[in-house]
Amino acid sequence: MKPEDYSRRQQELAGWAVTIETYKLGEVYHCTIANVDPGARFARADGTTKEEAESRAIEKATRYLAQTRKFEV
Amino acid sequence: MKVMANVLVNTDWVAQHATDAGVRVVEVDVDTSSYDQGHVPGSAGWNWTTELCDTLVRDIVPAKKLEELLGKSGIDNKTTIVLYGDNNNWFAAWAFWQLKVYGHDDVRIMDGGRKKWLAEGRDLTTDKASFTATTYKAGAPDLSLRAFLPEVQQAVAGKKAALVDVRSPQEFSGEILAPPGLPETCQRGGHIPGAKSIPWGKNCNDDGTFKSFDELKALYAEKGIMGDQPVIAYCRIGERSSLTWFAMKYLLGFDNVKNYDGSWTEWGNLVGAAVEKP
Repeated sequence: MKPEDYSRRQQELAGWAVTIETYKLGEVYHCTIANVDPGARFARADGTTKEEAESRAIEKATRYLAQTRKFEV
Repeated sequence: MKVMANVLVNTDWVAQHATDAGVRVVEVDVDTSSYDQGHVPGSAGWNWTTELCDTLVRDIVPAKKLEELLGKSGIDNKTTIVLYGDNNNWFAAWAFWQLKVYGHDDVRIMDGGRKKWLAEGRDLTTDKASFTATTYKAGAPDLSLRAFLPEVQQAVAGKKAALVDVRSPQEFSGEILAPPGLPETCQRGGHIPGAKSIPWGKNCNDDGTFKSFDELKALYAEKGIMGDQPVIAYCRIGERSSLTWFAMKYLLGFDNVKNYDGSWTEWGNLVGAAVEKP
């Protein structure tokens, strides 16, 4: 099988820059979200549509990002 | 210095040789579920959280466990192992480093990793490959590739080795304790005194491939890392620094480079350890 409908974009979530990567394999859309810096994948979700997979992954990512604390340096 | 020419293969090479006899492609990801979301046909999938470490004490994979993993993956001591994974090959580099610690001769990394393979629209399968089991014999660990805490402490005190912190600038400065979205795993933020900040991502192009020799040489030279003195790379748990270790040792040919896998989760939790903040 070849991945279809591949997309990769950057946007801001909860104040952090993230990369959202989505593709369809077979009948399933897979979405993963990584922080831009340092580039670690930290949330993912599947769905029957691109929108479903991305909205689920974004919901998780937003929740995780809200727990990231910033300290004064 | 000796640059190794055969440690990187491109995606074309993998597409042509993934199922060749004597070649085993292995996916190793940060996100251990990535393999199940589609992988290179014929590839094995290794889980870094359970298969590439000691799950009882904090340590790299024990020799016997590695022998079992490689054996069930159909890998013998002469197999060409080609590693790839997500996050521009973070944990592929982690696996590469451990395989070199145990003396496997022919290990390579697919340049660009999973990101490039996907972006190129290449074949994926969700079928788990099966392999004829083999017998593998690990070598004695080569500890010249690995730095432990006392050596890092000596490096700080005596300035006999250059320390390279490959985490993000915000982790280096102590503004954050972990990459955004990931759990905090240390008590203090900042960096090891004297360390130079050279984030791992600067080794790579946008498509995930490694930069050229000249670009890498300039990157490290700008921070005074020329390969003429010992270097110790570290990050948070040792996987990002494996990638930098790989770039310095195999793409630049630095002789004396070690990966400090204790990294910030050791140093940043150590009672009394000096911490530097900009």
